[in-house]
Amino acid sequence: MTSATQQQSPAPLAARAGLLRSVLINPLGLVASILLSIVVITAIFAPLIAPFAPDDLQIFKVNAAPGDGYLLGGDGSGRDIFSRLVYGARNTLIGALIAVTVAAFVGVTAGLFAGYFGGRREVVMSWISDGLMSLPALIVLLAFYQSLGSSIEISMLVFGVMLAPGFYRLTRNLVNGVKHELYVDAARVSGLSDLRIIVRHILLVIRAPVTIQVSVVAGISIVIQSGLQFLGLGDTSIPTWGGMLQDAFANMFVVPTAILWPGLAISVTVASLVLLANAIRDRLQQGNRPAAVTGLPEAIAKPAAGAAPVDKDVLLDVRDLVVGYPDKSGWTEVVKGVSLTLRRGEVLGLVGESGSGKTQTAFAVLGLLSTGGRILSGSTWFDGRDIANLPEEDMRKLRGKRIAYVPQEPMSNLDPAFRIGYQLTEPMVTVLGISKSEARKRVLKLLERVGMPDPLRTFSAYPHQISGGMAQRVLIARAISCNPDLLIADEPTTALDVTVQAEVLDLLRDLQAEMNMSVILVTHNFGVVADICHRVSVMKDGKVVETNDVRRLFAAPQHDYTKMLLGAVLDDVTPRVYQPRSGRGVAA
Amino acid sequence: MTDDVIVECIDVNTHFGALHILKNVNLTVRAGETVGLVGESGSGKTTLGRAILGIGPVSSGRILFDRQDIAGVPPRDRKGNAAAIQAVFQDPYTSLNPSMTIEDILTEPIIARGQAGKAEATAKVRTLLDQVALPSDAAFRYPREFSGGQRQRIAIARALALSPHLIVCDEPVSALDLSTQARVLDLFIEIQERTGVAYLFVSHDLAVVRHISHRVAVMRGGGIVEFGDCDQVTANPQHNYTRRLLLAAPVADPVRQVERRAAFRALAMGA
Amino acid sequence: MLRYVSKRILSSLVLLVLVTTLTFAMVFAGADNVAQNILGENATDAQIAALEVKLGIDRPLYEQYGDWVVNAVQGNLGQSWTMGESVSRIVSGRLTVTLSMVTAAVITIGIISSLLGITAAVKGGWADRVIQVLSVIGFSLPNFWLGLILVVVFALNLRWFPATGYVDFSTSPVGWVAALTLPVAALVLSGIASASQQVRGAMIDALRQDYVRTLRAGGIRPSSVLFRHALRNAMPAALTVLSVQFIALLGGAAIIERVFAIPGLGSVTVQAALSGDVPVLMGVVVTMIILVVFVNIAIDLANAWVNPKVRL
Repeated sequence: MTSATQQQSPAPLAARAGLLRSVLINPLGLVASILLSIVVITAIFAPLIAPFAPDDLQIFKVNAAPGDGYLLGGDGSGRDIFSRLVYGARNTLIGALIAVTVAAFVGVTAGLFAGYFGGRREVVMSWISDGLMSLPALIVLLAFYQSLGSSIEISMLVFGVMLAPGFYRLTRNLVNGVKHELYVDAARVSGLSDLRIIVRHILLVIRAPVTIQVSVVAGISIVIQSGLQFLGLGDTSIPTWGGMLQDAFANMFVVPTAILWPGLAISVTVASLVLLANAIRDRLQQGNRPAAVTGLPEAIAKPAAGAAPVDKDVLLDVRDLVVGYPDKSGWTEVVKGVSLTLRRGEVLGLVGESGSGKTQTAFAVLGLLSTGGRILSGSTWFDGRDIANLPEEDMRKLRGKRIAYVPQEPMSNLDPAFRIGYQLTEPMVTVLGISKSEARKRVLKLLERVGMPDPLRTFSAYPHQISGGMAQRVLIARAISCNPDLLIADEPTTALDVTVQAEVLDLLRDLQAEMNMSVILVTHNFGVVADICHRVSVMKDGKVVETNDVRRLFAAPQHDYTKMLLGAVLDDVTPRVYQPRSGRGVAA
Repeated sequence: MTDDVIVECIDVNTHFGALHILKNVNLTVRAGETVGLVGESGSGKTTLGRAILGIGPVSSGRILFDRQDIAGVPPRDRKGNAAAIQAVFQDPYTSLNPSMTIEDILTEPIIARGQAGKAEATAKVRTLLDQVALPSDAAFRYPREFSGGQRQRIAIARALALSPHLIVCDEPVSALDLSTQARVLDLFIEIQERTGVAYLFVSHDLAVVRHISHRVAVMRGGGIVEFGDCDQVTANPQHNYTRRLLLAAPVADPVRQVERRAAFRALAMGA
Repeated sequence: MLRYVSKRILSSLVLLVLVTTLTFAMVFAGADNVAQNILGENATDAQIAALEVKLGIDRPLYEQYGDWVVNAVQGNLGQSWTMGESVSRIVSGRLTVTLSMVTAAVITIGIISSLLGITAAVKGGWADRVIQVLSVIGFSLPNFWLGLILVVVFALNLRWFPATGYVDFSTSPVGWVAALTLPVAALVLSGIASASQQVRGAMIDALRQDYVRTLRAGGIRPSSVLFRHALRNAMPAALTVLSVQFIALLGGAAIIERVFAIPGLGSVTVQAALSGDVPVLMGVVVTMIILVVFVNIAIDLANAWVNPKVRL
């Protein structure tokens, strides 16, 4: 009853054939498929494969050792263990098939319905689902045994209903994830009916996760079914793996090895189902996982760092910085030799389009590249010291205290589980080593400084209780709380409304002047650059194409790329003039 | 109401539970015209767009299209020209189903509306791709093979498939890079001039709205605070909020931005 | 919070009524020969009729159910038909046995899968591989089969532990540990497999959040980032897994108790199911549901404490 996968956005699957092929290419997937095929074929052709009928008794072969016609020996009643295993495969698979079919049909249908239409229907169905999930299935099956009788098929039918919540939750969550996708809106606008939207757009997405769940649930139902039979709640006249285990259990002190075979049959079958599910899951997650980091190429040897900048007024001097991430064929460079100079008290704009490497440059300076990323060559001189590839522990001592960071998205950058006061005092206590009460005093002052109308209330609020603009002020307060020399702000106003942006820029500008901080401001917005920066570096494809004083850059851009970008700015346009149309005919 | 008005919202209200999202909204769009709908987050601009599209709720009021009231009527139940109101959404990465080919995406509206059979619809794909300046071999590829700007072109092509009289554009260029944004906006204008389609252009970015619109409506807190000719609203705003909004957006000119900043601060003091 | 708990209890009561009604109906639907079952093949018709009158099963079903409900509400779960004891005594006597086993199993699962899951999320490497292998083995080895193998190896061959039986903790703590080691080991494997996977996933998720980078950028110690911030955010997922595990273990216990001849709630359920002892079955079902509801409420409260966004 574990939810097999919570993957919200599986990688798109071109076609079913593609999925099947990719599962078979996966070695474990191939092994699993072969094992499973063997079990299924055995089940189908049982009478042809088994040397004896399952109920053939030979009294002298009770608990007999293997050999003499009985491949795996005889059981407690003198029946051929091998033949019973073969017939058991058939009965076990039929039971599993019933449970899975019922569970998948009931669960997926209900999940589609509840997920797509939502509202009261979803509440009711979810209540039923939660209720079913809170019942221990085996106990219920035991309690119902008297009326279900010894027919394992009916028990598995009931069990299927009890497993339906797994499918229900999976489907409902997937549908909830998909139904707000814009392409579903687009389909609705196109005039598609709900049914066609479900069939065309939603089933495509849930297909693979449901397949995984089918595999897992099939495994679970084989185990539970065998468990019931092991307890003696099945029809003892029918050969099943669980029933065989019961027989072996009864004779355990005579032939301990007899417990091996049916158990192995169950385990191998279930294992191959699980492996199959894993193979499909692997395929789905291909896009989400970073390339395997095995056998990394040695990073290019770092050339001599050169000497610290002579000019003591230069706070940060980045020289020929190269940042790379590992991929299959070696290192992919995202920053390809960037050089920047930042003076004390200066605001440097790092501007460029997506993929230009501006954010990666900033993270490299902070020493916070994403997993796998590293500085391949170049140096970053910070206050007379090269901090490129500094050991993490040394870097940590710089961060917060001397180099601070303001992120783009205010909401996701506050820990939702802690009060704002705690999140502001923690770095002060850690970095400055001051007492909690001293930190609290300073935080309240800071909150007032960054424009919080009620610092005490903000102090004891959780992040979700304040607005995005307020959250960004909190993050700025945290960044400056330890009086850093360098503030790295990554698109600090991009997620904010334009009037809030103006206020936050004002705040940043004032704080920068007050504290004489150096600031690197990463942005794509030339308006923001014009508003707050002293100097600008324009980046393209991991390189700086132009660096200049802000006024000169806007007045006389040198590089063609800068000219093109400035040309695309829409600030001064002549408004369009409306010409009434006589006809309304629209010819496309 | 003049003759060339194609959409008219009359006292439209929308509630989500206890929240009053749209408050007595009145708005008109004329044939072949772009009306820019500008506002900050939570102003209700997207809700209004969705109400006109028929994928968002309307609690009261009327939305007239071709003189029929389409308020609260889902797209599939709309008749005549109203059936062809189309949309281009913000995020080009989620507005196209990743597991469908471009051809499937473009033919879907045509087939769904029963305008043509599969074969005829497929034949139209090339014309549509042509209109948005994409090569015709794009038809057999999947969305992930295209860049953000190209995907937005595909979304525009899909919107054009039904020869609509109105396209509701919800922040269609805000996820795009600056240079791409300019090119996509030019494509919008070019298509309008050629086909005479009208746009309701929803955006938070005044510069973008000013670039493409004939008239501009400024929304705040679920209501329209100012509605008029683009030139009038953006050069000589009457409402205080519009002025604030205008001055808040920094311009790409350090010298002028100093003045604007001062003006914004002065306005904030006064307010 | 009070409102939440009362709402939750109310909703559980509805569930309780539904399930007991269903169980009652189901148990009787097919069991028209309860008395025959109890008395055995050789009973005469007169004996059967007499027993039916004695047990009250000659009356209409709704009347019997009504009686049962009236008594149950007063805490009287009736008399077992086959075990000669009151249901309350049977259940309460055996509940402690099962609970001590299940609790030991939940704690074991919690500790091992937290350690394993967190290590795998942070370091990857061997812990990742252990979890991968476990995820296959844990699912595919039925716990009762694992139990049988453990008995053969550790009890019959090595003689380290007793093969069967149960010793009360108050009688002999050492005996209690010895008696429960093998059953708990058999019970926890699949739980560890699935819980460690979930803990790993939740932890990786938490560590991927933006605020983790921002915390690091603020100079916060790695141990605090990991154990104070990430772990706390991963907690709800981990706690939910434990509640699912608890339910699964209650079911699993039924089979394991049979393998190890432990006189718990599970084995009595099997016995009652085979003999059609309705009062005992009803008692077990009621007890189990109350237990599950109690655990779920406790876990929800814990989650609300961890996650301030959840309003109870």
